[in-house]
Amino acid sequence: MDFDLTEEQRLLKDSVDGLLTDSYDFEQRKKYMKEKGGWSKAVWGKLAEQGLLGLPFAEADGGFGAGGVETMIVMEALGKALVLEPYLATVVIGGGFLRHGASAEQKAAYVPAIIDGSKTFAFAQLEKNSRYDLFDVATTAKKKGAGWVIDGEKFVVLNGENADMLIVTARTKGDRRDKTGVGVFLVPADAKGITKKSYPTQDGLHAADITFTGVEVGADAAIGNPDDALALIERVVDEARVALCAEAVGLMDESLKTTVEYIKTRKQFGVAIGSFQSLQHRASDMFVAAEQARSMSMFATMAGDFTDAKERSNAIAAAKAQIGKSLKFVGQQSIQLHGGIGMTMEAKIGHYFKRLTMIENTFGDTEYHQRRVADGGGLI
Amino acid sequence: MDLAFTKEEQAFREEVRQFFRDNVPADTRRKMVEGRHLSKDEMVTWWRILNKKGWGVSHWPKQYGGTGWTTVQHYIFNEELQSYPAPQPLAFGVSMVGPVIYTFGNEAQKKQYLPRIANVDDWWCQGFSEPGSGSDLASLKTKAERKGDKWIINGQKTWTTLAQHADMIFCLCRTDANAKKQMGISFIVFSMKSKGVTVRPIQTIDGGHEVNEVFFDDVEVPIENLIGEENKGWDYAKFLLGNERTGIARVGVSKERLRRIKELAGKVESNGKPILQDSAFRDKLAACEIELKALELTQLRVVADEGKHGKGKPNPASSVLKIKGSEIQQTTTELLMEVIGPFAAPYDVHGDDGSNEAMDWTAQIAPSYFNNRKVSIYGGSNEIQRNIIAKAVLGL
Repeated sequence: MDFDLTEEQRLLKDSVDGLLTDSYDFEQRKKYMKEKGGWSKAVWGKLAEQGLLGLPFAEADGGFGAGGVETMIVMEALGKALVLEPYLATVVIGGGFLRHGASAEQKAAYVPAIIDGSKTFAFAQLEKNSRYDLFDVATTAKKKGAGWVIDGEKFVVLNGENADMLIVTARTKGDRRDKTGVGVFLVPADAKGITKKSYPTQDGLHAADITFTGVEVGADAAIGNPDDALALIERVVDEARVALCAEAVGLMDESLKTTVEYIKTRKQFGVAIGSFQSLQHRASDMFVAAEQARSMSMFATMAGDFTDAKERSNAIAAAKAQIGKSLKFVGQQSIQLHGGIGMTMEAKIGHYFKRLTMIENTFGDTEYHQRRVADGGGLI
Repeated sequence: MDLAFTKEEQAFREEVRQFFRDNVPADTRRKMVEGRHLSKDEMVTWWRILNKKGWGVSHWPKQYGGTGWTTVQHYIFNEELQSYPAPQPLAFGVSMVGPVIYTFGNEAQKKQYLPRIANVDDWWCQGFSEPGSGSDLASLKTKAERKGDKWIINGQKTWTTLAQHADMIFCLCRTDANAKKQMGISFIVFSMKSKGVTVRPIQTIDGGHEVNEVFFDDVEVPIENLIGEENKGWDYAKFLLGNERTGIARVGVSKERLRRIKELAGKVESNGKPILQDSAFRDKLAACEIELKALELTQLRVVADEGKHGKGKPNPASSVLKIKGSEIQQTTTELLMEVIGPFAAPYDVHGDDGSNEAMDWTAQIAPSYFNNRKVSIYGGSNEIQRNIIAKAVLGL
C-alpha cells in the first residue's frame, strides 16, 4: 500500500503545474475565454508539446502508456487552474473510446491527431430524456449498405461547439431503454446532416446541442460492437468520472486555499475575519470535506484498473457521490466565507464554485451514484 | 500509488482473523455485537489471551513486549479486532500510560509497571479531566504537594472511565501553583486503593456506569511515583494524547455496525417489506457506507505516510479522523434507531449485568445511540479538533 507518487509522476506533476502557473492565471484565463471558441489553441499546443495529450495512449500508438495516476495528476492540475481546454472531452473520453474499443485502423487514423493537438473530440451522448442513464438512447443508427445512417438529437455535448470529431451513441436495435443494441460511432463534426446550436456553459466552457438528420457514416465508423457497446461506454464514462473527481479535488484545493487566504486578510471589526472561531470551524470542515474527497479520488483512480466491472463501477460511483457531497460543501462555503465579493464575476472564487457545481451534474450526481452503490450491494 | 495490500499483509490479516475466531470467547463477541457492556472479568480474560499470544501491547517497542509490526500490520490488526468485534486493549494502560512510562520513566518504573500493564495485572484509569477543566485541561487544580518522601494529593477528577475497576491511576497534578498554567503540572501514578481515594459513579444517559468522579483527600503517594521530571507533566500528556492517531477513526467498529444494520434491516419490516428495501433508508445507508470508505482511505493515507516517513510530529490529519470517525459512529447508531423504530422504547433494567440474556436484540440499541453521543465529546471534542485543524493546518 502506497499513496506516494513515483519519481516520474512527481516530475510530471511539477511540469504540468509549472506550465499552468506560467500560462494560466485568472487574468490569462479571461483572455482565453474571449478567443474563438472560448479556449486557447496556444495553450493546447503547449499541452501537446509537453506530451500531456498523449499520456494515456499505448506507446505502440505513439503515446506514453501512462496509467490512471498520471491522468489524476493532470486533471487535478487542470482543476486547480480552472482550465477551459477540452482535455476531458478529447483525451479522456475520445481517447478512452479509441483505447478501449477501436480497431488498429481507427487508432491509426485518430490517435496521432489527438496526441499532436490537431484534433479535438466531443462525446454526443446526453439526450432529452436520458438524464444519467447511459443505456437510455433514442438516437438511431440504421444499417445502410456497409455503413450507417444516424438520426437523433444530442444535448449539452461538451466541446461540441469546437470538436473536429464526434463520438455518438446511437441505437442499432431495440427500444429506448434496452441495455443492448447501443452502438458507438465516430462522426466527423462537419458531416452532412449535422446541425449545431452552440453556447457557453455556466462554468465558461463551450457545448452544443447537436441534431443528426440522416447522417451517413461508413462501416469503419463503429467503435466496438455496434449492437452491444454499453460495457465500453460504461468503462469510458467511468474513466471520465474518475477524471472529474480528480479535477474536483484540484478545484476544491484551490477554493479552500483562496478562501483561507481571503479570511486571513479581510478585516472587519478591526481584525482579520479568520480570527473568528465560527469561520475557523467552517474552514476546518471544508478541509475535512476536501480530504475525504481526495481519498476517494485516489480510490477511484485505483479502481479504474479493477478487472471486475461491477466492482469498478461500484467504487467509482462511491467516489463520485462522495466528491459531489464534498464539492457542494466546499463550493458553497467558499462563497459564504468570501461574503459579498464571492458573489461577483470579478472574483475568481465564484468561477471555481460554478465549475464544481457543473461537475456534480455531469455523468451522475450524488443521489444517482448513491443509489448505484445501494443497488450494487454497498461497500461493506 | 498502490492501494493493494501485499500477499504477506493479506496472510497476516487471515492469521489475525483466525486467531480471533479461535480465541475470542463467544459470549464476549455476542455482547459486543449487541452493544452490551462487558464485565471486568470478561475483558481481562480476553486481554490475557491476547497477551499470551504476544499481541497485548503490539505497538510497544520490542524490548518491552511489542511485536515489531509495520504500521500497516498494526492497522490490519486494529481493523480486524474492531470489526470482529472483540474488546480493544485497555487504552489507559496500553496506549496511554505504558508509552509514557517506557519513554519518560526510569528503569525501576519500567520494570515495575510495564509487564503488569501488558497482562492487565493492574487496571489503569486516567486522571485528567476535572469538573472545571474539560477542553481547557491545563487549568486543572488537583494539587500534589511535596512533604518529605511523599506527595500529598488533594482534588477531584471526573469522567474517569471504568475507575470502578481500576487498580492504578495516572494523574495530572499541579505541583507548582505559581508557574504559568501548562508549566506547573506533573505526571504522577498511584494506587487507587490508597487511603483518601473515593470513587463515585456517574450514571450516563444510557443508564450505564462507565465513568466516575474520583476524589483525592490527602492521598499519600511515594515520591518515586512521579514519572519523568517534575513540572513536565503537560509535555507527557500531549505526547500521550498525540500517540493515539489512526485507531481514533474506529473504522472497524463502524464497519461491524453497518453489517449489523444490514442484517437487522433485512428482517425488520416497514411498509410490509424489509426496511432494507426502503429506498430512503437505503440511500442513507449507502451515504454512510461511502463516507466510511472515504474515511478508511484517509486513514490508510495517514498509516502509509507514517510507515514511510516515520511518526514524527502529531499529524493534524488525526483531527480529520476523529471528526469524521465520530460522526460516522454516531450515524450508524442513528441508523440502528431507525431500523428498530418503536421498539427502541423498552428499558432493559438488567442489561448491564447480563442477567437478562433473554431480552431480545432491541435492548441495547437506544442506549448505544445515547451512549455514542460521547464520541464527539471525548478525546478532545470535535470543536477542539476543528481548532487544531484551523491552527495547525490552515494557519488561521
